[in-house]
Amino acid sequence: MKREIPLFITAVVGILMILSFFVPHQAVSVPADFLQQCAIIVVAFGYVLGGANVLKLNADAISKRQSGWIYKIVLVVSLIATVVFGLMDGEGFLNPGKTSKWIYDQLYSPMQATMFSLLAFYIASAAFRAFRIRTVEAGLLAVAALIVMLGRVPLGALATGWMPPAIQLPTIQDWIMEWPQNAAKRAILIGAALGVMATGLRVILGIERSYLSGED
Amino acid sequence: MPHWMERLDRRWIFLVMGLLVLLPLLFPLALPLVVSPRVQGFHDTVAKIPDGSTVLMSCDYDPGAIPELVPMTQTALRQLFDKNCKVVVTCLWNGGPGLVDNVVRSIAAEKGKQDGVDFVDLGFKEGREAVMVVMGQGIANAFPRDYQGKDTRSLPIMKTVRDYSSFPLLVSISAGYPGTKEWVQQVQARFHITMVAGVTAVSAPEYYPYLQSGQLQGLLGGMAGAAEYEKVRNEKGSATRGMDAQSMAHVFVAFCILAGNWVQWSKRKKEKA
Repeated sequence: MKREIPLFITAVVGILMILSFFVPHQAVSVPADFLQQCAIIVVAFGYVLGGANVLKLNADAISKRQSGWIYKIVLVVSLIATVVFGLMDGEGFLNPGKTSKWIYDQLYSPMQATMFSLLAFYIASAAFRAFRIRTVEAGLLAVAALIVMLGRVPLGALATGWMPPAIQLPTIQDWIMEWPQNAAKRAILIGAALGVMATGLRVILGIERSYLSGED
Repeated sequence: MPHWMERLDRRWIFLVMGLLVLLPLLFPLALPLVVSPRVQGFHDTVAKIPDGSTVLMSCDYDPGAIPELVPMTQTALRQLFDKNCKVVVTCLWNGGPGLVDNVVRSIAAEKGKQDGVDFVDLGFKEGREAVMVVMGQGIANAFPRDYQGKDTRSLPIMKTVRDYSSFPLLVSISAGYPGTKEWVQQVQARFHITMVAGVTAVSAPEYYPYLQSGQLQGLLGGMAGAAEYEKVRNEKGSATRGMDAQSMAHVFVAFCILAGNWVQWSKRKKEKA
Protein backbone atom coordinates (compact mmCIF):
# COMPACT_ATOMS: atom_id res chain seq x y z
CA MET A 1 0.00 0.00 0.00
CA LYS A 2 2.96 2.27 0.67
CA ARG A 3 3.62 2.30 -3.05
CA GLU A 4 0.19 1.68 -4.51
CA ILE A 5 -1.48 4.72 -2.92
CA PRO A 6 1.05 7.30 -4.24
CA LEU A 7 0.93 5.60 -7.68
CA PHE A 8 -2.88 5.75 -7.66
CA ILE A 9 -2.91 9.43 -6.62
CA THR A 10 -0.35 10.26 -9.35
CA ALA A 11 -2.39 8.45 -12.00
CA VAL A 12 -5.70 10.09 -11.01
CA VAL A 13 -4.23 13.60 -10.75
CA GLY A 14 -2.28 13.19 -13.99
CA ILE A 15 -5.31 12.01 -15.95
CA LEU A 16 -7.48 14.75 -14.43
CA MET A 17 -5.01 17.46 -15.45
CA ILE A 18 -4.78 16.13 -19.00
CA LEU A 19 -8.59 15.95 -19.22
CA SER A 20 -8.90 19.53 -17.95
CA PHE A 21 -7.05 20.71 -21.03
CA PHE A 22 -9.74 19.25 -23.31
CA VAL A 23 -12.90 19.07 -21.16
CA PRO A 24 -14.28 22.40 -19.89
CA HIS A 25 -17.06 20.70 -17.83
CA GLN A 26 -17.19 21.75 -14.16
CA ALA A 27 -16.75 18.17 -12.96
CA VAL A 28 -13.25 18.28 -14.38
CA SER A 29 -12.34 21.97 -14.37
CA VAL A 30 -13.22 22.70 -10.71
CA PRO A 31 -10.96 20.00 -9.16
CA ALA A 32 -8.26 20.77 -11.74
CA ASP A 33 -8.36 24.47 -10.84
CA PHE A 34 -8.17 23.57 -7.16
CA LEU A 35 -5.10 21.42 -7.82
CA GLN A 36 -3.44 24.25 -9.76
CA GLN A 37 -4.01 26.58 -6.79
CA CYS A 38 -2.53 23.91 -4.50
CA ALA A 39 0.53 23.65 -6.77
CA ILE A 40 1.19 27.39 -6.41
CA ILE A 41 1.01 27.13 -2.62
CA VAL A 42 3.28 24.07 -2.52
CA VAL A 43 5.85 25.77 -4.79
CA ALA A 44 5.81 28.86 -2.53
CA PHE A 45 6.75 26.64 0.41
CA GLY A 46 9.81 25.65 -1.61
CA TYR A 47 11.27 29.06 -0.72
CA VAL A 48 11.17 28.21 2.98
CA LEU A 49 12.82 24.87 2.28
CA GLY A 50 15.40 26.53 0.00
CA GLY A 51 16.24 29.18 2.59
CA ALA A 52 16.63 26.58 5.34
CA ASN A 53 18.82 24.46 3.05
CA VAL A 54 21.10 27.41 2.20
CA LEU A 55 21.46 28.23 5.89
CA LYS A 56 22.23 24.63 6.87
CA LEU A 57 24.78 24.00 4.10
CA ASN A 58 26.60 27.26 4.67
CA ALA A 59 26.52 27.02 8.47
CA ASP A 60 28.17 23.58 8.15
CA ALA A 61 30.82 24.95 5.77
CA ILE A 62 31.54 27.88 8.12
CA SER A 63 31.81 25.69 11.20
CA LYS A 64 34.27 23.37 9.37
CA ARG A 65 36.25 26.35 7.98
CA GLN A 66 35.94 25.03 4.43
CA SER A 67 37.50 27.02 1.60
CA GLY A 68 35.72 30.33 1.04
CA TRP A 69 34.08 30.23 4.49
CA ILE A 70 34.47 34.02 4.81
CA TYR A 71 32.24 34.51 1.76
CA LYS A 72 29.72 32.09 3.19
CA ILE A 73 29.48 34.30 6.28
CA VAL A 74 28.67 37.24 4.00
CA LEU A 75 25.99 35.12 2.31
CA VAL A 76 24.38 33.99 5.58
CA VAL A 77 24.47 37.49 7.11
CA SER A 78 22.99 39.00 3.94
CA LEU A 79 20.24 36.37 3.83
CA ILE A 80 19.28 36.87 7.47
CA ALA A 81 19.49 40.69 7.24
CA THR A 82 17.26 40.75 4.14
CA VAL A 83 14.64 38.56 5.82
CA VAL A 84 14.77 40.56 9.07
CA PHE A 85 14.42 43.93 7.28
CA GLY A 86 11.58 42.47 5.20
CA LEU A 87 9.75 41.38 8.37
CA MET A 88 10.37 44.75 10.02
CA ASP A 89 9.03 46.60 6.95
CA GLY A 90 5.90 44.45 7.05
CA GLU A 91 3.15 44.76 4.44
CA GLY A 92 4.20 46.76 1.40
CA PHE A 93 7.85 46.00 2.18
CA LEU A 94 8.81 46.80 -1.42
CA ASN A 95 7.15 50.21 -1.51
CA PRO A 96 9.38 53.28 -2.00
CA GLY A 97 11.10 54.43 1.19
CA LYS A 98 11.27 50.96 2.75
CA THR A 99 14.61 49.35 3.64
CA SER A 100 13.83 46.27 1.57
CA LYS A 101 13.26 48.45 -1.48
CA TRP A 102 16.62 50.14 -0.82
CA ILE A 103 18.34 46.73 -0.54
CA TYR A 104 16.78 45.67 -3.86
CA ASP A 105 17.56 48.89 -5.76
CA GLN A 106 21.00 49.65 -4.34
CA LEU A 107 22.50 46.21 -3.67
CA TYR A 108 20.72 43.32 -5.36
CA SER A 109 19.98 45.01 -8.68
CA PRO A 110 23.46 46.48 -9.39
CA MET A 111 25.23 43.33 -8.18
CA GLN A 112 23.23 41.06 -10.43
CA ALA A 113 23.60 43.39 -13.42
CA THR A 114 27.36 43.45 -12.78
CA MET A 115 27.58 39.65 -12.71
CA PHE A 116 25.79 39.42 -16.05
CA SER A 117 27.86 42.16 -17.66
CA LEU A 118 31.06 40.24 -16.84
CA LEU A 119 29.95 37.74 -19.50
CA ALA A 120 31.14 40.08 -22.26
CA PHE A 121 34.70 39.83 -20.98
CA TYR A 122 34.64 36.07 -20.50
CA ILE A 123 33.07 35.47 -23.92
CA ALA A 124 35.86 37.46 -25.59
CA SER A 125 38.52 35.59 -23.62
CA ALA A 126 36.89 32.21 -24.36
CA ALA A 127 36.59 33.10 -28.05
CA PHE A 128 40.35 33.66 -28.16
CA ARG A 129 41.36 30.64 -26.10
CA ALA A 130 38.72 27.94 -26.53
CA PHE A 131 36.91 28.28 -29.88
CA ARG A 132 39.14 25.93 -31.90
CA ILE A 133 38.36 25.06 -35.53
CA ARG A 134 39.72 21.55 -35.89
CA THR A 135 37.04 19.84 -37.98
CA VAL A 136 34.83 20.75 -40.94
CA GLU A 137 31.79 20.87 -38.61
CA ALA A 138 33.58 23.26 -36.27
CA GLY A 139 34.54 25.34 -39.31
CA LEU A 140 30.90 25.54 -40.43
CA LEU A 141 29.87 26.50 -36.92
CA ALA A 142 32.51 29.22 -36.78
CA VAL A 143 31.51 30.65 -40.18
CA ALA A 144 27.82 30.67 -39.17
CA ALA A 145 28.69 32.25 -35.81
CA LEU A 146 30.77 34.99 -37.43
CA ILE A 147 28.07 35.79 -39.99
CA VAL A 148 25.29 35.90 -37.38
CA MET A 149 27.40 37.89 -34.92
CA LEU A 150 28.37 40.52 -37.47
CA GLY A 151 25.07 40.46 -39.38
CA ARG A 152 23.08 41.20 -36.22
CA VAL A 153 24.76 44.56 -35.58
CA PRO A 154 24.68 47.81 -37.60
CA LEU A 155 28.42 47.61 -38.29
CA GLY A 156 27.88 44.41 -40.30
CA ALA A 157 25.19 46.07 -42.40
CA LEU A 158 27.40 49.10 -42.91
CA ALA A 159 30.46 47.04 -43.90
CA THR A 160 28.58 45.10 -46.60
CA GLY A 161 26.11 47.83 -47.59
CA TRP A 162 27.86 48.31 -50.95
CA MET A 163 27.27 44.66 -51.97
CA PRO A 164 24.15 43.34 -53.74
CA PRO A 165 21.38 42.87 -51.10
CA ALA A 166 21.36 39.06 -51.48
CA ILE A 167 24.92 38.72 -50.21
CA GLN A 168 24.92 41.39 -47.54
CA LEU A 169 25.68 40.12 -44.03
CA PRO A 170 22.21 40.89 -42.55
CA THR A 171 20.52 39.00 -45.42
CA ILE A 172 22.69 35.91 -44.99
CA GLN A 173 22.29 36.15 -41.23
CA ASP A 174 18.51 36.27 -41.60
CA TRP A 175 18.59 33.24 -43.91
CA ILE A 176 20.66 31.23 -41.39
CA MET A 177 18.28 32.15 -38.57
CA GLU A 178 15.09 31.60 -40.56
CA TRP A 179 15.95 28.28 -42.19
CA PRO A 180 18.79 26.03 -40.91
CA GLN A 181 18.54 27.35 -37.35
CA ASN A 182 14.77 27.26 -37.32
CA ALA A 183 14.64 23.72 -38.73
CA ALA A 184 17.07 22.46 -36.10
CA LYS A 185 15.25 24.30 -33.32
CA ARG A 186 11.89 22.92 -34.40
CA ALA A 187 13.30 19.39 -34.48
CA ILE A 188 14.67 19.84 -30.94
CA LEU A 189 11.33 21.27 -29.75
CA ILE A 190 9.33 18.39 -31.23
CA GLY A 191 11.79 15.83 -29.85
CA ALA A 192 11.69 17.40 -26.39
CA ALA A 193 7.87 17.56 -26.46
CA LEU A 194 7.63 13.89 -27.40
CA GLY A 195 10.08 13.06 -24.61
CA VAL A 196 8.03 15.03 -22.07
CA MET A 197 4.83 13.29 -23.22
CA ALA A 198 6.45 9.86 -23.01
CA THR A 199 7.86 10.57 -19.53
CA GLY A 200 4.51 11.96 -18.39
CA LEU A 201 2.68 8.86 -19.58
CA ARG A 202 5.25 6.61 -17.92
CA VAL A 203 4.72 8.44 -14.61
CA ILE A 204 0.91 8.38 -14.90
CA LEU A 205 0.88 4.68 -15.81
CA GLY A 206 3.23 3.85 -12.95
CA ILE A 207 6.06 2.59 -15.18
CA GLU A 208 8.42 5.38 -14.11
CA ARG A 209 8.70 5.19 -10.31
CA SER A 210 12.03 6.88 -9.61
CA TYR A 211 10.23 9.81 -7.93
CA LEU A 212 8.94 7.48 -5.21
CA SER A 213 12.17 6.21 -3.70
CA GLY A 214 14.87 6.29 -6.31
CA GLU A 215 14.03 2.94 -7.90
CA ASP A 216 13.38 2.71 -11.67
CA MET B 1 53.07 34.73 -35.71
CA PRO B 2 53.93 37.31 -33.07
CA HIS B 3 55.39 35.64 -29.99
CA TRP B 4 53.33 37.77 -27.60
CA MET B 5 50.02 36.46 -28.93
CA GLU B 6 50.78 32.93 -27.76
CA ARG B 7 51.21 34.12 -24.20
CA LEU B 8 48.67 36.91 -24.25
CA ASP B 9 47.46 37.72 -20.76
CA ARG B 10 43.66 37.62 -20.83
CA ARG B 11 43.53 40.88 -18.91
CA TRP B 12 44.55 42.63 -22.16
CA ILE B 13 41.47 41.11 -23.79
CA PHE B 14 39.36 42.37 -20.88
CA LEU B 15 40.88 45.85 -21.24
CA VAL B 16 40.25 46.06 -24.99
CA MET B 17 36.69 44.77 -24.53
CA GLY B 18 36.07 47.33 -21.78
CA LEU B 19 37.34 50.18 -23.95
CA LEU B 20 35.37 49.02 -27.00
CA VAL B 21 32.18 49.05 -24.94
CA LEU B 22 32.91 52.25 -23.05
CA LEU B 23 34.14 54.53 -25.85
CA PRO B 24 31.08 54.22 -28.16
CA LEU B 25 28.86 54.93 -25.15
CA LEU B 26 30.82 58.13 -24.46
CA PHE B 27 31.26 59.09 -28.13
CA PRO B 28 28.30 57.65 -30.10
CA LEU B 29 28.97 56.53 -33.67
CA ALA B 30 25.28 56.71 -34.67
CA LEU B 31 25.51 53.59 -36.85
CA PRO B 32 22.45 53.15 -39.10
CA LEU B 33 19.82 50.61 -38.00
CA VAL B 34 17.74 48.44 -40.33
CA VAL B 35 14.31 47.41 -39.01
CA SER B 36 13.64 43.67 -39.39
CA PRO B 37 10.17 42.26 -40.24
CA ARG B 38 10.01 40.67 -36.77
CA VAL B 39 10.34 44.05 -35.06
CA GLN B 40 7.96 45.70 -37.52
CA GLY B 41 5.50 42.87 -36.74
CA PHE B 42 5.75 43.62 -33.02
CA HIS B 43 5.08 47.32 -33.59
CA ASP B 44 2.26 46.78 -36.08
CA THR B 45 0.50 44.23 -33.87
CA VAL B 46 0.46 46.69 -30.96
CA ALA B 47 -0.65 49.46 -33.33
CA LYS B 48 -3.57 47.33 -34.60
CA ILE B 49 -5.31 46.76 -31.24
CA PRO B 50 -8.20 49.15 -30.55
CA ASP B 51 -7.29 52.34 -28.68
CA GLY B 52 -8.19 52.17 -25.00
CA SER B 53 -7.96 48.35 -24.79
CA THR B 54 -6.61 46.61 -21.72
CA VAL B 55 -3.38 44.74 -22.44
CA LEU B 56 -1.61 42.08 -20.41
CA MET B 57 2.14 42.56 -20.16
CA SER B 58 4.29 39.98 -18.45
CA CYS B 59 7.81 41.16 -17.63
CA ASP B 60 9.66 37.98 -16.72
CA TYR B 61 13.22 39.04 -16.10
CA ASP B 62 15.59 40.28 -13.43
CA PRO B 63 18.37 42.90 -13.25
CA GLY B 64 20.75 40.72 -15.30
CA ALA B 65 18.71 41.55 -18.39
CA ILE B 66 18.41 45.33 -17.85
CA PRO B 67 20.36 46.49 -20.95
CA GLU B 68 18.39 44.25 -23.31
CA LEU B 69 14.89 44.07 -21.87
CA VAL B 70 14.27 47.33 -20.02
CA PRO B 71 14.55 49.50 -23.18
CA MET B 72 12.00 47.35 -25.04
CA THR B 73 9.69 47.33 -22.00
CA GLN B 74 9.85 51.13 -21.90
CA THR B 75 9.17 51.52 -25.62
CA ALA B 76 6.29 49.03 -25.54
CA LEU B 77 4.74 50.83 -22.55
CA ARG B 78 5.08 54.19 -24.34
CA GLN B 79 3.37 52.80 -27.44
CA LEU B 80 0.54 51.30 -25.35
CA PHE B 81 0.05 54.43 -23.24
CA ASP B 82 0.08 56.60 -26.38
CA LYS B 83 -2.88 54.51 -27.58
CA ASN B 84 -4.56 55.13 -24.21
CA CYS B 85 -4.38 51.42 -23.53
CA LYS B 86 -4.61 50.20 -19.95
CA VAL B 87 -1.79 47.88 -18.95
CA VAL B 88 -1.91 44.99 -16.49
CA VAL B 89 1.67 44.01 -15.58
CA THR B 90 2.79 40.73 -14.04
CA CYS B 91 6.18 39.21 -13.22
CA LEU B 92 7.00 35.52 -12.80
CA TRP B 93 10.67 35.96 -11.90
CA ASN B 94 11.38 36.37 -8.20
CA GLY B 95 14.26 38.79 -8.81
CA GLY B 96 12.29 41.06 -11.12
CA PRO B 97 9.28 42.73 -9.48
CA GLY B 98 11.18 45.69 -7.97
CA LEU B 99 12.86 46.46 -11.26
CA VAL B 100 9.69 46.02 -13.31
CA ASP B 101 7.75 48.24 -10.91
CA ASN B 102 10.37 51.01 -11.27
CA VAL B 103 10.20 50.79 -15.08
CA VAL B 104 6.40 50.77 -15.25
CA ARG B 105 6.03 53.68 -12.81
CA SER B 106 8.67 55.82 -14.55
CA ILE B 107 6.95 55.47 -17.96
CA ALA B 108 3.50 55.91 -16.41
CA ALA B 109 4.70 59.15 -14.73
CA GLU B 110 6.19 60.31 -18.04
CA LYS B 111 2.84 59.77 -19.78
CA GLY B 112 0.74 61.04 -16.89
CA LYS B 113 -0.95 57.71 -16.20
CA GLN B 114 -2.59 56.84 -12.92
CA ASP B 115 -1.89 53.73 -10.84
CA GLY B 116 -4.92 51.46 -10.55
CA VAL B 117 -6.78 53.33 -13.30
CA ASP B 118 -4.51 53.29 -16.36
CA PHE B 119 -2.12 50.58 -15.22
CA VAL B 120 -1.62 48.09 -12.44
CA ASP B 121 1.50 46.22 -11.41
CA LEU B 122 0.33 42.91 -9.99
CA GLY B 123 3.85 42.03 -8.89
CA PHE B 124 5.36 38.58 -8.51
CA LYS B 125 3.66 35.25 -8.02
CA GLU B 126 5.53 31.96 -7.60
CA GLY B 127 4.22 28.93 -9.45
CA ARG B 128 5.48 29.50 -12.99
CA GLU B 129 3.22 27.74 -15.53
CA ALA B 130 0.65 27.02 -12.81
CA VAL B 131 0.18 30.79 -12.34
CA MET B 132 -0.41 31.21 -16.08
CA VAL B 133 -3.09 28.52 -16.01
CA VAL B 134 -4.72 29.90 -12.85
CA MET B 135 -4.86 33.35 -14.48
CA GLY B 136 -7.08 31.70 -17.08
CA GLN B 137 -9.68 31.15 -14.34
CA GLY B 138 -9.48 34.80 -13.33
CA ILE B 139 -6.64 37.30 -13.14
CA ALA B 140 -7.68 38.35 -9.63
CA ASN B 141 -7.72 34.69 -8.53
CA ALA B 142 -4.03 34.41 -9.26
CA PHE B 143 -3.19 37.93 -8.04
CA PRO B 144 -5.64 38.86 -5.23
CA ARG B 145 -3.38 41.81 -4.29
CA ASP B 146 -1.25 44.07 -6.46
CA TYR B 147 2.44 44.84 -5.93
CA GLN B 148 1.63 47.51 -3.35
CA GLY B 149 -0.72 45.25 -1.43
CA LYS B 150 -4.01 46.77 -2.63
CA ASP B 151 -7.01 44.54 -3.19
CA THR B 152 -6.89 43.82 -6.93
CA ARG B 153 -10.68 43.52 -7.30
CA SER B 154 -11.18 47.02 -5.89
CA LEU B 155 -9.03 48.71 -8.58
CA PRO B 156 -10.92 50.58 -11.35
CA ILE B 157 -8.72 49.04 -14.08
CA MET B 158 -9.76 45.55 -12.97
CA LYS B 159 -13.49 46.24 -13.35
CA THR B 160 -13.32 45.18 -16.99
CA VAL B 161 -10.70 42.47 -16.50
CA ARG B 162 -11.89 38.92 -15.91
CA ASP B 163 -9.52 36.44 -17.53
CA TYR B 164 -7.48 36.17 -20.73
CA SER B 165 -10.56 36.90 -22.83
CA SER B 166 -10.39 40.47 -21.48
CA PHE B 167 -7.13 41.12 -23.29
CA PRO B 168 -6.80 41.64 -27.05
CA LEU B 169 -3.03 41.32 -26.70
CA LEU B 170 -0.42 39.64 -24.54
CA VAL B 171 3.05 41.21 -24.48
CA SER B 172 5.69 38.91 -23.05
CA ILE B 173 9.10 40.37 -22.26
CA SER B 174 11.25 37.56 -20.94
CA ALA B 175 14.79 36.49 -20.22
CA GLY B 176 14.21 32.72 -20.03
CA TYR B 177 12.20 30.29 -17.93
CA PRO B 178 9.41 30.94 -17.13
CA GLY B 179 8.82 33.28 -20.01
CA THR B 180 7.73 33.59 -23.61
CA LYS B 181 7.93 29.87 -24.39
CA GLU B 182 5.67 29.01 -21.46
CA TRP B 183 3.25 31.85 -22.30
CA VAL B 184 2.97 30.44 -25.83
CA GLN B 185 2.51 26.86 -24.65
CA GLN B 186 0.20 27.48 -21.71
CA VAL B 187 -1.74 30.58 -22.75
CA GLN B 188 -1.49 31.38 -26.46
CA ALA B 189 -2.10 27.79 -27.55
CA ARG B 190 -4.92 27.32 -25.03
CA PHE B 191 -6.72 30.66 -25.01
CA HIS B 192 -5.81 31.79 -28.56
CA ILE B 193 -4.75 35.25 -27.48
CA THR B 194 -2.74 37.45 -29.87
CA MET B 195 0.81 37.58 -28.62
CA VAL B 196 4.08 39.44 -29.22
CA ALA B 197 7.36 38.95 -27.39
CA GLY B 198 10.62 40.64 -26.51
CA VAL B 199 13.46 38.37 -25.44
CA THR B 200 17.21 38.34 -24.80
CA ALA B 201 19.42 37.92 -27.87
CA VAL B 202 20.82 34.63 -26.63
CA SER B 203 17.36 33.07 -26.33
CA ALA B 204 15.82 34.62 -29.47
CA PRO B 205 16.51 31.62 -31.79
CA GLU B 206 14.29 29.53 -29.53
CA TYR B 207 11.23 31.57 -30.52
CA TYR B 208 11.63 31.58 -34.29
CA PRO B 209 9.45 28.44 -34.70
CA TYR B 210 6.61 30.21 -32.84
CA LEU B 211 7.06 33.25 -35.04
CA GLN B 212 6.90 31.16 -38.20
CA SER B 213 3.81 29.28 -36.96
CA GLY B 214 2.04 32.60 -36.32
CA GLN B 215 1.75 32.02 -32.57
CA LEU B 216 3.94 35.09 -32.11
CA GLN B 217 3.06 38.09 -34.24
CA GLY B 218 6.32 39.90 -33.56
CA LEU B 219 9.63 39.37 -31.82
CA LEU B 220 12.21 41.76 -30.39
CA GLY B 221 15.55 39.95 -30.06
CA GLY B 222 17.93 41.50 -27.55
CA MET B 223 19.29 45.01 -27.64
CA ALA B 224 19.25 45.02 -31.47
CA GLY B 225 15.51 44.31 -31.45
CA ALA B 226 14.94 47.00 -28.82
CA ALA B 227 16.98 49.52 -30.84
CA GLU B 228 15.05 48.72 -34.04
CA TYR B 229 11.79 49.13 -32.12
CA GLU B 230 12.99 52.52 -30.89
CA LYS B 231 13.76 53.44 -34.49
CA VAL B 232 10.25 52.47 -35.65
CA ARG B 233 8.85 54.62 -32.84
CA ASN B 234 11.26 57.51 -33.57
CA GLU B 235 12.72 57.28 -30.09
CA LYS B 236 16.36 57.53 -29.11
CA GLY B 237 16.60 55.34 -26.04
CA SER B 238 19.34 53.41 -24.30
CA ALA B 239 19.11 50.50 -26.78
CA THR B 240 19.95 52.77 -29.73
CA ARG B 241 22.88 54.20 -27.78
CA GLY B 242 23.99 50.70 -26.76
CA MET B 243 24.03 49.32 -30.30
CA ASP B 244 27.29 51.11 -31.13
CA ALA B 245 28.95 49.46 -28.14
CA GLN B 246 27.42 46.09 -29.04
CA SER B 247 28.65 46.43 -32.63
CA MET B 248 32.20 46.99 -31.46
CA ALA B 249 31.97 44.12 -28.95
CA HIS B 250 30.69 41.71 -31.65
CA VAL B 251 33.50 42.68 -34.01
CA PHE B 252 36.04 42.16 -31.23
CA VAL B 253 34.65 38.70 -30.35
CA ALA B 254 34.80 37.77 -34.07
CA PHE B 255 38.39 39.01 -34.14
CA CYS B 256 39.20 36.93 -31.04
CA ILE B 257 37.84 33.77 -32.68
CA LEU B 258 39.92 34.34 -35.80
CA ALA B 259 43.05 35.43 -33.91
CA GLY B 260 42.85 32.50 -31.47
CA ASN B 261 42.62 30.03 -34.32
CA TRP B 262 45.38 31.73 -36.24
CA VAL B 263 47.66 31.43 -33.20
CA GLN B 264 46.86 27.73 -32.84
CA TRP B 265 47.22 27.05 -36.55
CA SER B 266 50.63 28.78 -36.66
CA LYS B 267 51.76 26.90 -33.57
CA ARG B 268 50.81 23.51 -35.06
CA LYS B 269 52.53 24.40 -38.33
CA LYS B 270 55.71 25.33 -36.44
CA GLU B 271 55.61 22.10 -34.40
CA LYS B 272 55.21 20.01 -37.56
CA ALA B 273 58.12 21.81 -39.21
